Amino acid sequence: MDTVWLFVKAFVVGGLICDVGQLLIMRTKLTNARILVLFVTSGVFLTALGLYKPLVDFAGAGATVPLTGFGYSLAMGAIEAVNRYGFWGAFVGGISRTAAGITAAIVFGLINALVFKPHAKP
Amino acid sequence: MSRVPFTPEQYGELVSKLTPPSRMLRGYWRAFWVGGLICAFGQALTLWAERLNLGEITAPMFTTSVLVFLGTTLTGLGVYDVIGKYAGAGSAIPVTGFANSMAAPAIEFQREGAIMGVGARLFTLAGPVLAYGIASSVAVGIVYWLIRGWVL
Amino acid sequence: MSRAGSQTFLYDRPPLVAAHASVAGPKEGKGPLSAWFDELLADDLLGQKSWELAEMEMVRRCVQAALNGARMTDEEAQAMLGGDLNNQIIASSFAARSLGVPFIGLYGACSTFVQALVIGAALISGGYLENAVCTASSHYCTAERQFRFPLELGTQRPPQASWTATACGCALLKASPERGLKVTAGTVGRIIDLNISDANHMGAAMAPAVFDCLSAHLSDTGRKADDYDLIATGDLGWIGRDLLLELASAAGLELPPEKLIDCGASLFYQEQDAHAGGSGCGCVASVACGWLMKRLEAGDLKRLLLVGSGAMFSPTSSQQAQSVPGIAYAAAIERED
Repeated sequence: MDTVWLFVKAFVVGGLICDVGQLLIMRTKLTNARILVLFVTSGVFLTALGLYKPLVDFAGAGATVPLTGFGYSLAMGAIEAVNRYGFWGAFVGGISRTAAGITAAIVFGLINALVFKPHAKP
Repeated sequence: MSRVPFTPEQYGELVSKLTPPSRMLRGYWRAFWVGGLICAFGQALTLWAERLNLGEITAPMFTTSVLVFLGTTLTGLGVYDVIGKYAGAGSAIPVTGFANSMAAPAIEFQREGAIMGVGARLFTLAGPVLAYGIASSVAVGIVYWLIRGWVL
Repeated sequence: MSRAGSQTFLYDRPPLVAAHASVAGPKEGKGPLSAWFDELLADDLLGQKSWELAEMEMVRRCVQAALNGARMTDEEAQAMLGGDLNNQIIASSFAARSLGVPFIGLYGACSTFVQALVIGAALISGGYLENAVCTASSHYCTAERQFRFPLELGTQRPPQASWTATACGCALLKASPERGLKVTAGTVGRIIDLNISDANHMGAAMAPAVFDCLSAHLSDTGRKADDYDLIATGDLGWIGRDLLLELASAAGLELPPEKLIDCGASLFYQEQDAHAGGSGCGCVASVACGWLMKRLEAGDLKRLLLVGSGAMFSPTSSQQAQSVPGIAYAAAIERED
């Protein structure tokens, strides 16, 4: 039962975060790239203000999988690294905590370009 | 001088009146269920990572990498753009969408070569996200460092 | 009298449309006009290495088909006037390279085909050319990656967005006393900008330019919309056509809706997910060469006014937040019995 509740929370919170993005797509003239940048930076600043961590504790992947969660990891990484290394931690923490995701995207992206051909749309 | 019987303002109003609106409810519903499903799948990966005893630091890496792998592969197979057309933000906002934004230009520009085609274009859409995400995390880190020094 | 009013050429020696050809892509081949096109492509790549090369091959085939239709060789063709949507119009110029025909490259965005007709007819009427190959092409995949996003990116298109047609049209104009389809008048439009900044909404950006060019044509020639059997605009799409009708009615210009069709709105079924309709240089070119000229030849129409319109923006001007100016050219094509 607890497991089911975990999934429900992730589904609903994740879906709602995506709906915020959908609202921006349909109601504003913001380009996709701007919306994505907005999501990451809001994730960073909400985390800095201590507002995003409770959402992650509550919804798990529902809060970490959307791009705001990428911002959350960046900010948490920077803060933890400052705790550990002092000032220079601010320059280290963000990337090191998100390194797996970024590297995976670069490597799989490159492999994709080797393996697949562009498709025309029907 | 112009034969057009409207000012730009009047014409702008006419244009918005005659342009059909996006179908809002349908858009929200699709973004919600697809986005939610991707997150729920991420949750399943997290639970699986716990089973594998991956630990607090490596478990999220596992989840993210698997989602990124799926995002890029579905992009290469020509499936992700179909999902994206249906779901909009529902598939753009999750990390799989970030993977799609890197894999799509990499595939599209392979004919322009490995360096300025694939290598450079990989970051056409992801570049701004990384640049501003990382820069703002540095800003947060510095402010945190200042406050910590000042408070303690 | 070879000039009327402020913007119109009346051709003293109206050139004959000696032959015409059209090529359309797979999606266009599933649309309402599929039976009219001379060649339907089975795939978008035509066995080439890139979309750009595929578009060049499409242009080459289309021009070749028109030359064959007029029983002419490449050497006999005196000029090729054409353009496309690629940067530096590479599809047309590379096609001209393989054809070896003297080349006049044009750019009028989606209006390029009508621009080519207006200029080609003037050069022939003025005696500078005996014949001219007028062509324009567009390819969904080349346009999309240049103006918008990579094909594989999962994005939604707004309802006002149009779909760039994969198509090419070619008309061979010739100085000839023979009867048949004649290009009798051409109007060069002005750039009109009513400050539409949404580069997706090309119908809205171009409708004022079409209206301006159409009213210039009618007042310059002293004609009424009723003097034509059909006025075909390209490519305003469904929304842009409604806007044109609104503009006409507000200005007191008589424009009966049943006489007005739009090439972009005719190319696809609404269920084909093309949103506002087809667009691209190849849209008006293929619809005019494939469908409208055949209807003129069949006697179903006698006088046609073809009004091509273009949205003169580039990715750079869009990113610099400039508005989207529109242009239009009109060519009167009449059947002489």
